[in-house]
Amino acid sequence: MSRYAAPGSDGAVMNYKSRYDHWIGGAYVPPKRGGYFENPTPVTGETFTEVARGTADDVEAALDAAHAAAGDWGRRSAAERAGVLNQIAQRMEDHLEELAVAESWENGKPVRETLAADMPLAVDHFRYFAGALRAQEGSLSEIDEDTVAYHFHEPLGVVGQIIPWNFPILMATWKLAPALAAGNAVVLKPAEQTPVSIHYWMSLVADLLPPGVVNIVNGFGAEAGKPLASSPRVAKIAFTGETTTGRLIMQYASENLKPVTLELGGKSPNVFFDDVSSADDDFLDKALEGFTMFALNQGEVCTCPSRALIQQGHYRDFLDAGIARTEKIVQGHPLDTDTMVGAQASNDQLEKILSYLDIGKQEGAKVLTGGERAELGGELAGGYYVKPTILEGGNHMRVFQEEIFGPVVSVAKFSDFDDAMSIANDTLYGLGAGVWSRDGNTAYRAGRAIQAGRVWTNCYHAYPAHAAFGGYKQSGIGRENHRMMLDHYQQTKNLLVSYTPKKLGFF
Amino acid sequence: MASSEQAAGRPAAGTPERVAVTGAAAELIRRLTDQHGPLMFHQSGGCCDGSAPMCYQRGELRTGDSDVLLGELAVEGVAETVPFWMSASQFGYWSHTHLTVDVVPGRGSGFSLEAPEGVRFLIRSRLMDGGEVGTGG
Repeated sequence: MSRYAAPGSDGAVMNYKSRYDHWIGGAYVPPKRGGYFENPTPVTGETFTEVARGTADDVEAALDAAHAAAGDWGRRSAAERAGVLNQIAQRMEDHLEELAVAESWENGKPVRETLAADMPLAVDHFRYFAGALRAQEGSLSEIDEDTVAYHFHEPLGVVGQIIPWNFPILMATWKLAPALAAGNAVVLKPAEQTPVSIHYWMSLVADLLPPGVVNIVNGFGAEAGKPLASSPRVAKIAFTGETTTGRLIMQYASENLKPVTLELGGKSPNVFFDDVSSADDDFLDKALEGFTMFALNQGEVCTCPSRALIQQGHYRDFLDAGIARTEKIVQGHPLDTDTMVGAQASNDQLEKILSYLDIGKQEGAKVLTGGERAELGGELAGGYYVKPTILEGGNHMRVFQEEIFGPVVSVAKFSDFDDAMSIANDTLYGLGAGVWSRDGNTAYRAGRAIQAGRVWTNCYHAYPAHAAFGGYKQSGIGRENHRMMLDHYQQTKNLLVSYTPKKLGFF
Repeated sequence: MASSEQAAGRPAAGTPERVAVTGAAAELIRRLTDQHGPLMFHQSGGCCDGSAPMCYQRGELRTGDSDVLLGELAVEGVAETVPFWMSASQFGYWSHTHLTVDVVPGRGSGFSLEAPEGVRFLIRSRLMDGGEVGTGG
């Protein structure tokens, strides 16, 4: 085991500044109203920096900067923009450890994950959209021998992006990379729980981006998010979060007739057919890891496999093995490289998870392991830790229907294929799902029958660029992680051209 | 956390109480009303800050036929009651539980009005008993 030194202490690989202003037009700009808010680390609960408390005036200043920059950026060649994205990727790769520690300290997630997943994925994402842009072609339609329709991709202009707190840098990357590749300028508002790791990222790449192409305004949703989402000066708004705010953003966008993309979470089923346990081999071992994936990122993942559906034939054996695997999870200091589960991102998140454990127990769910706050003591005593928890119950229970966003899985039994599909689809959401079977036909049919945008088949929690990610049902609108996201950040310009000198003959 | 100062929701006549507030939440509602005027709640679902009640200026979020009004919260010192809404589809999965709006320290996201105060509204739930369930909705 080794432990990274906490930012701000001796030997730290990165340090945060004591205060962050807004990043507008390529420079730090203090908030117009002068307010700042404290940013605690969930690792210990102690404040490590303060951040500008943005308001409508700051959003307007950022929009001014973005509008001033958008024209030139959008006119640059695909090669030039792709070159910038590739340079950003390289800079991130060169500073991967620092970024990983920055993200871990701000969010509470284990550095093991940020080193192995969050940051490498973010690096690759910039490279992917650099490549996707270079490979993108317009199209032409030959209407008749004298008439051709040309289709060009044009940037939207200035877009607004509201970023969640569960993967502060990776989620920002999912939105920034396609928007920048497509030629847009961006005003980005990070979540107030994780407002500064993106500023650390910016400190590494600022010299690569023309001023005003990416602007960061911090603040609270009601004070800074709303003026951004409701501004007639943004051509599109992108949001990841929950349903009520998603509705509110659509409502604001409707007032300006602007498009939105939304990713609003889910309650993902993870389905284990009997044949998974037909041999004690690598595949069974992999499936048990797939079950335990509910604890990845402390369960703070929109696609957390938080409903495990296990077929009756191997139910007891598989579940017992799943409990044993869960109990081997190492929980501790997020900056220890052996730690698998760190801290929840905020105190209110901790409280919400505990409130779900409470109603789950009231509804009769059986706690098979965990089920309470983890008291880790010492310097972690003030942090927000929950024991990885397995609940056993029925799909009608609220712990089976709502995204707890904690390291909590609710387990139920199913009899056959149809029963599994019926339970899997008995949810308001449809973002992710998992299917595990050694029978390719069963796995394929299950994957097609589950109403979700991403069905991991004999795997889980992989997020490669070039695989479309987005929701069915109430889980949102749009597909990220794929070149189709370029379309969500582009207009289609059609030139309908006649190559004949002859009149039509109407007049 | 539910205290004796609980303010009751005011459901339509003949329907059970479905939502209440704790004393601490009532105090916060009073403060927010002073700052922002009449308020409303809409219960969220989904990821991140989903499952949290969102507090807005009344009318900020347009409710419609796809929503259910769970109750009108009467808070001492606040002239107008505070409607508590939820989407009808979500209510389909929540209708057997009674909700109490509480408040905890935190840094909640979304556009909810209390976030800048360093606190977050939170829902605490209990099962409604047999006599309560089945008459509402």
